[in-house]
Amino acid sequence: MISIKPNRAGRSLRRSATQDIKGRAIELLLLLCGISSVCAIFLIIIFIFAEGLPFLIQAGPNFLISSVWQPTDNFADGLWGIFPIIIGSLLVTVGAVAIGMPLGVACAIFLAEIAPAPVRRILVPSVNALAGVPSVVYGFFGLLVVVPWIRGQFGGFGTSVLASWLILFIMILPTIISISTDSIRAVPKEFKEGSLAIGATHWQTIRSVLVPAASSGIIASVILGMGRAIGETMAVLMVAGNSITIPNSIFAPTSTLTAQIALEMGYATGAHREALFAMGIVLFAFIMILTGLANLASRRRIAY
Amino acid sequence: MDTATETSVEISVKSLNLWFGKFQALKNINIDIQKNQVTALIGPSGCGKSTFIKTLDRMNDLVDNVKITGEVVYQGRNILDSDTDVVELRKQIGMVFQKPNPFPKSIFDNVAYGPRVHGVRKKQNLNEVVERSLKAAVLWEEVKDRLNESALRLSGGQQQRLCIARLLAVEPDVLLMDEPASALDPIATSKIEDLIYELKNDYTIIIVTHNMQQAGRVATNTAFFYLGELVEYAPTIDLFERPQDKRTEDYVTGKFG
Amino acid sequence: MEAKRRELVPLALLWGAGIATLVILIVILAYILANGLPVISWHFLTGEPALWGQTGGGIYSTIVATLAVTSISLLVAAPLSVGGAIYLNEYTKETSLRMVIRQAAEILAGIPSIIVGLFGFLFFVIYLAPFTGGWSMISGGLTLAFMVLPISLRTSEEALKTVPAELREGSLGLGATKWQSITTVVLPTALPGIITGLILGVGRAVGETAAILLTAGGSLNLIQSLRDPGRPMTLNIYNVLTEYRDTTTAYGTAAVLVIAILAITLITDLLMNSYTKKLKGL
Repeated sequence: MISIKPNRAGRSLRRSATQDIKGRAIELLLLLCGISSVCAIFLIIIFIFAEGLPFLIQAGPNFLISSVWQPTDNFADGLWGIFPIIIGSLLVTVGAVAIGMPLGVACAIFLAEIAPAPVRRILVPSVNALAGVPSVVYGFFGLLVVVPWIRGQFGGFGTSVLASWLILFIMILPTIISISTDSIRAVPKEFKEGSLAIGATHWQTIRSVLVPAASSGIIASVILGMGRAIGETMAVLMVAGNSITIPNSIFAPTSTLTAQIALEMGYATGAHREALFAMGIVLFAFIMILTGLANLASRRRIAY
Repeated sequence: MDTATETSVEISVKSLNLWFGKFQALKNINIDIQKNQVTALIGPSGCGKSTFIKTLDRMNDLVDNVKITGEVVYQGRNILDSDTDVVELRKQIGMVFQKPNPFPKSIFDNVAYGPRVHGVRKKQNLNEVVERSLKAAVLWEEVKDRLNESALRLSGGQQQRLCIARLLAVEPDVLLMDEPASALDPIATSKIEDLIYELKNDYTIIIVTHNMQQAGRVATNTAFFYLGELVEYAPTIDLFERPQDKRTEDYVTGKFG
Repeated sequence: MEAKRRELVPLALLWGAGIATLVILIVILAYILANGLPVISWHFLTGEPALWGQTGGGIYSTIVATLAVTSISLLVAAPLSVGGAIYLNEYTKETSLRMVIRQAAEILAGIPSIIVGLFGFLFFVIYLAPFTGGWSMISGGLTLAFMVLPISLRTSEEALKTVPAELREGSLGLGATKWQSITTVVLPTALPGIITGLILGVGRAVGETAAILLTAGGSLNLIQSLRDPGRPMTLNIYNVLTEYRDTTTAYGTAAVLVIAILAITLITDLLMNSYTKKLKGL
C-alpha cells in the first residue's frame, strides 16, 4: 500500500478574476458562433427584401397574376407577369412529389422494418450518396438520357414537364427516405410489440400501427421534399426547357422561378434585376410556408 | 444530532436546504464530517443522500433550477458562496461516481488527465504520478504492462479503481463516493471496500451506499437520510445496534427500503 | 397461411422500392462513370482548357477553383459550426435562445441555393466588392459558407450529444475547468462525428452550382489570387454543356465529381461506424 499524502499548501478556494474573465470570454465567443446562423438568416432576408420588395410593391398583385413577362431595365417599359412561372414551379413540384412520395415512403418502411442488416448496410450509404450527387450532375443525366428518351418516345423537344418530374423525384428521394425512416424508427417499441402480441402479422403491424404512428413525420418529410423540389435550380434549368408559357401537356416545356432567376441574372440590370429579386421573395415565401407546415406536422409527433 | 466520534472536523454543514424547482430535496441538514474517517450515508432511494454529496463539490451546479440555502464550511469558508473557485474546490474534494466513467482514452491518459489539466507537462513527473496513483488504488499490478490500452477494455471493477486512481492523481483531501460499488460484482465490490479502508488513513471519505453491510464494514460514522432529512448521525456501530429514531430502526432492521 | 400469402404482395412491393432506389443510384453513377472514366487522364486533370469556342482540353483550372471556394467556405463555416454546436450543447440549457438557433439553422438549411446565390451576389459581389474583388473565389466561397454552416452545425451538435454526461462529470469532478473538459474530453470523443459533419459540408460545397453561378464569376483562366473569378467543376459542367455541347468534358468533369462524392459518402460512413465502436470501447 502506497499512500499519497494530501498536499493542500496554499491553495485558495477564492476564485480569481482572470479565471472568470477567461471563462466568460470563451462563452461569449461560442455564443457568437452560435448566433451566426441567426445572423445569416437575417442577412439573407434583409438583402433579398431590400432589393426586391420595392419592386414587388411597385408592380403590385399584377406581378403574381399577369401572364406576360417582358423584362427591361426600366420599369415603365417592361411587362412583369410571372404567373406562368409560378404555375411551372408548382406543376413541376407537385408531379415530382407525386412520384417520389410513394417510392420514398415505401423505401423508408423497407429500411426501417424489413431490410436485413446487410441490405441496410448498403442502402443507407446509397441514399446518402443520392443526396450527395450534385444537382448539376442530375441535370446532366437528365439532359443526356431522359430528355432524348422523351423526345424519342413522345416527340417534341424532350425538355419538358415530364423530364423535370423524372429528375426531380430522384432528387427528393433522400429527403423523404431519411426523415421518414427516422420517424418510423422513433415509434415506441411497445406499439409494435403490442400489435405483434395480439397476433397481427408484420405487414398488418406496419400498415395499421407503425405508419399511422409515424404519419406526422412522414408528412413532414414529404413537405420538406416539396421544399427541396421547388427550390431546385440547376437540374430543372437543364431539363425543363425554360419556356414561359403555361404548358398544355406534360411533354411541353415549362419554366420555374429558380431556373428563370438563374438564367436571367447573368444579364439583368436595373428594374429587371430587381424583378428577379422579387421572384426570389416569392420563392422564399413558398419555402417558408412549406417549412412552417413541416414544423407543424412534426411537432404533432411529440404528442404520443 | 452530532454525536459521532470526535476528531477534527473536515466539513461542517449548517442548515442546508436544497430545492429542485419546487421540490425540496434536502431539508435543514446539519452535519460535521470527521477528518480522515469514512463517513457513510445510507437511506432508501430518493432520500437525498446523493444530492447531498453532490452539493459538497458543487456538482449540483450542473443541474437546472437548483436553489440552495445554508452553509457548507470547508477550509474556513462557505463553499456555496458565489465567489468560490469550484475548479479548485473539485481538485480538493474529488468524486467517484456510481457508474465507472473512464474517458475513452488509454489507462495512462486517464490517470494523467487531472495532473495534465492542472499544468503538469513533464513526462517523468506524469509517469511518477500515474504509477503512484495506480498503486494507491491497488490497480498497478493488473495494468502496468498495458498502460497504453483503452481504459474501456478494463472490467467494471478495474474501471472503478481506475477512476479512483484518476482521482488520487489530483491529490485531493476529500473523496466523495456515490455508490461506487453498486454496478459491480461481489468480488470487485470487496476489492473496492478494501481500498476504501486503506485510503482512509490519508483521506476524508464520504460514501453513499444503500448497502448497509457495506456501511458497517467500512465506515466509522454513518448518517441515515430519509425523505430529504438527516434523521440520525452516529458512530456506525451505534447507529446499527442502538438506533435512537424509530425510522432509523425500521430501516436498519429491514422493515422498509 | 392465407394471411401470409396476402402479405406477399405488399412485402414484395417494399422490397421493390428499396431495390428501385438502389438501381436508380447505380444507373446514374454507372452512366456517368462509364462515359466519364475513359475521358479522365493525366492531361485531362492537369491540362489547360480548350481555347474559346473549341471543345476538349483539361479541367485543371476548374479543379483549382472548386478547391478554392470549398476551402474558403470550410475555413469560415468550420469554426462557426463547431463553436456554435459547442455553445448549443455545452453552454445552453433548453432555453428559447437554443430553440431560436436551432430553428434558424434549420431554415438556413432549407433556403434554396439560388436564393443564397442572389444574396451572395448582392452582398459579396456588389456590396463588398472592394474586399472580395466582385465575382471571385472569395465571394463564391463565402456564399457557400452559408450553406455549409447549417449542415456542419447540426451534425456536430448530434455528435456532441452522444458524448455521455458521465464523461463531463468525471472531468469536472477532477477539477478541470469547463473549457478544459470540452477540449480534452468532449471534443476528442465527438471528433469523428464532427469531422463527418465537416465532410458533409465539403460535399455540399463541392457539389453546389446555382449559388456559384451568381457569385464566382465563371472565368476558365487559372486563378492567380482568391480575388479572381473562376469556374468550379460543377459550373463547368453546366457551361460546357449549354455553351458548346461539349459532352466529353462534361462527362469527365462529372465523373471526377461523382468519384469525390462517393469517396465522401464512404469516408463518412466508415467514420461513423468506427465512432460508435470507439464509444463502446472496441
